Amino acid sequence: MTSRRGFLATGGAALAIVAVPEGFRAIAVAAGEEAGGAERLATWISLGRDGIVDVYTGKVELGMGVITGLTQIVADELDVAMAQVRMTTGDTARTPDQGGVGGSTSIQFGANPLRNAAAEARRVLIAAAADKLGVPVESLVVGDGLIRATGGASVSYGALVDALASAPILKVSGEAFRTNVEGVAKPKPRSAYKLVGKPIARLDVAPKVYGSFRYSVDNKLPGMMHARVVYPPSVGARPLAVDTEKLKDRGDARLVRVGDLLAVVASREWHAVAGARDLNVRWSAPSTTFPPMASLGAAMWAMPVSSQDKVVARGDLAAASVGTTAHEASYVWPFQSHATMGPGCAVADVTPHGTTIWCGGQKPFELKAGIADLLGIAPETVRVIFIEDAGSYGRGGFDDVAADAAMISKSIGKPVRLQWMRSDMTMWGPKAPAMVGKLKAGIKDGKIAALDLTVRAFNGGEISSHPDSAGNFIGGQMAGHPNSKPRVEYAVYGKNSGAYDVPALHAVAELVAPLAPAVSPLRTTHLRDPEGPGTTFIIESFIDELAALANADPVAFRIAHLSDPRAVDLLNRAAASAGWHAGVAARAKSRSGIAHGRGIAFATRGDTMVATIADVAVDTKTGKVSVTRLVCVHDCGSIVNPRSLTGTIEANLMQSMSRSLFEEVTFAGGAVTSRDWVTYPVVRTRDLPGRVDVVLVDRPELPPYGAGEPSSRPTAAAIANAIYDATGARIRTAPFTKANVLAALTAQPLA
Amino acid sequence: MKNSLTTIHLRVDGRPEKISTDDPTMPLLYALRDDMGHANPRFGCGLAQCGACTVQVDGVAMRSCVLPIASLEGKSVTTLAGLGTPDHPHPVQAAFVEEQALQCGYCVNGWIMTGAALVDKEIHPSAERIKAACSSLICRCGSQLAMMRAIGRAAGENV
Repeated sequence: MTSRRGFLATGGAALAIVAVPEGFRAIAVAAGEEAGGAERLATWISLGRDGIVDVYTGKVELGMGVITGLTQIVADELDVAMAQVRMTTGDTARTPDQGGVGGSTSIQFGANPLRNAAAEARRVLIAAAADKLGVPVESLVVGDGLIRATGGASVSYGALVDALASAPILKVSGEAFRTNVEGVAKPKPRSAYKLVGKPIARLDVAPKVYGSFRYSVDNKLPGMMHARVVYPPSVGARPLAVDTEKLKDRGDARLVRVGDLLAVVASREWHAVAGARDLNVRWSAPSTTFPPMASLGAAMWAMPVSSQDKVVARGDLAAASVGTTAHEASYVWPFQSHATMGPGCAVADVTPHGTTIWCGGQKPFELKAGIADLLGIAPETVRVIFIEDAGSYGRGGFDDVAADAAMISKSIGKPVRLQWMRSDMTMWGPKAPAMVGKLKAGIKDGKIAALDLTVRAFNGGEISSHPDSAGNFIGGQMAGHPNSKPRVEYAVYGKNSGAYDVPALHAVAELVAPLAPAVSPLRTTHLRDPEGPGTTFIIESFIDELAALANADPVAFRIAHLSDPRAVDLLNRAAASAGWHAGVAARAKSRSGIAHGRGIAFATRGDTMVATIADVAVDTKTGKVSVTRLVCVHDCGSIVNPRSLTGTIEANLMQSMSRSLFEEVTFAGGAVTSRDWVTYPVVRTRDLPGRVDVVLVDRPELPPYGAGEPSSRPTAAAIANAIYDATGARIRTAPFTKANVLAALTAQPLA
Repeated sequence: MKNSLTTIHLRVDGRPEKISTDDPTMPLLYALRDDMGHANPRFGCGLAQCGACTVQVDGVAMRSCVLPIASLEGKSVTTLAGLGTPDHPHPVQAAFVEEQALQCGYCVNGWIMTGAALVDKEIHPSAERIKAACSSLICRCGSQLAMMRAIGRAAGENV
């Protein structure tokens, strides 16, 4: 983990590239760090004489409105207009390290230091105003950055910047996502907020709609060269011979080679693109052969277990199973691809005086360490500046693009803008791990007496979500760096999804080794809610099977196993919102024409709870599943911005529906064959449900909990359970393609 | 052997432009971005599969990543920035802001330029018609529902 201390040591050369707007700034940002778990306020917030509040945060915008939410919070605490707040985000030379973005924690934890720093700044400013005006603090009111006394005298924040410069030191606690600072002042109670909780338009939407917004792809440097990489056709293949003859027709295009990483650079972009396209490379054979895709589940059960975690071991399974009706089932969840909308673009400027990287990676500080390790240079000489790229949902490929760009820039001694092509991202970007689940249960008196489950997966941390080492990057591996820092990450059922009360519950998580040790297009890492969509599909499908076995209504059966009143309330609201007709599932199952059905699934993620109800229409001839309606009831504690939250949840429902119905990485031999949007299909307009209801449960008495990922969890199981309700067939293999649905219908004929 | 230069004349967002290229098959996208400095059409796939690079050519939404520059001689190209401004928005742009109809927005050229071409040409297109017009666009974030609402809103107001 990169230390969040000492980011101020960044070299002057790098700082000069994007100059800090100084002069009128009362406090240079570089005044920030104090020894011994303490920081100056200016690390987080500074104030100009123009009244503009500069906020520095390690959080970044990925398209879900996080920066708007943080701006609302700071503006509310400081009593300034949102337009008076200027956010600087994800710049290792200018912002604190908050662990980057991940785990849906940017509002839940990431807002805390900003909220506390803003509250402290307000306290200091009001005290200074009281001094200046010669009135008691209690007699002052603040609005839009103007402090007014009851008598009519007033002073603006901008006139008090010197007071802020000598503000007391903040106490620092926590690391990464949970980094926090506290001063003397306490933040306002929720009831005093005027902006938080309001449906405020996102700050970035209008600029994106009118075309003034600049993404990472729009970043240019003087003297910059364009680059395109040429990746191998299969796992571990190495370039044996490269024919550069065709580059002669492409201006100043030339080949760059760093280990086995091949790239074409040119001063004009098209010369690089066409040159890379036409490069004739003879590759070695793949380093291994992947198991046949059709039997991936069986292959995974046959693989040796590399590590195991007994996540939950509650009660005595054997004793609890006596006298029960037994049931078992197993499930398969495929490899899935980030396949980001833009394939990723980074600019790297590696010079003897310092290195600067501009890219859309979610964890700038860890990327800084990773780039330093990759190039063999001191981390202090590297600066990473976040610029928003296409939406990303975990450890996508943007860090890999940045690493390639850095190696190419170092090799040619010039700034390099590298954009991946579509197949570089879809085929070679890191993948979400495939997983399989095997579950056994005993039912007695309509309740689950015993539940025994094993979820076996590829390692969610084979490629660590922390890109802080050379071998973390695919290009780093091609250049010969081993993946030295994988983390063991299971597909865990337990703490995050173990809300049901079952007397005897054993949950085991197992990992199998990667399919190839290096340079693999099936290497695995985080993709939105790392293992949640897969494990929730497995668990919530099985719970639904048990409800049917117990002859119980799926909603009532779940409620009967829940004691948390928030969870019970959530399920009741879901049933009411969808107009749920209670009863045992598959009462009206059909195998002719279009069969209609409805299913529910429930999930928790941290403190957030989600229930989703899906209506489907299944074409029993073709196996085609259409989702006709979704109802999602969402409780993430108190809500900062209901408008942007609804947008994020609605989009997440479509994304998770896409993953449920269509998305699986295909592979054959030693190659991934999902290369583009035809071979890796995702949701299209024809697939959209006729109606989607997002129902927000606001709990102002609670803190805000995570909201980016939780609603991706229940969608697949809700759809699978609806398919069962419609047809009487359990679909236990995702995605629910025509082929997989037809296979389930054929294997499970109606009696 | 170096190729000879071809010169193409076209208009972009109302302004005359002249492009000299050694490869007349170079897609319009690279001429717009690299030669003319237009930021909005974005590379998504290079295969005309996603729409992130969409512009209008003489009022028709087209994928600039596969349009050879030589085919643009005498044509008029409109990019997202040329479609409208906050002061004089195209109805589809105004509706996208009203509906907050995006997440990351990387794909938005496809949806807005395609939606704008539709509502400029047809009176009151139905929801099904809008879906069909946008059937070959990708949004990885999942904002399709909001974008369909936005184009529908613009279609209703654009009479």
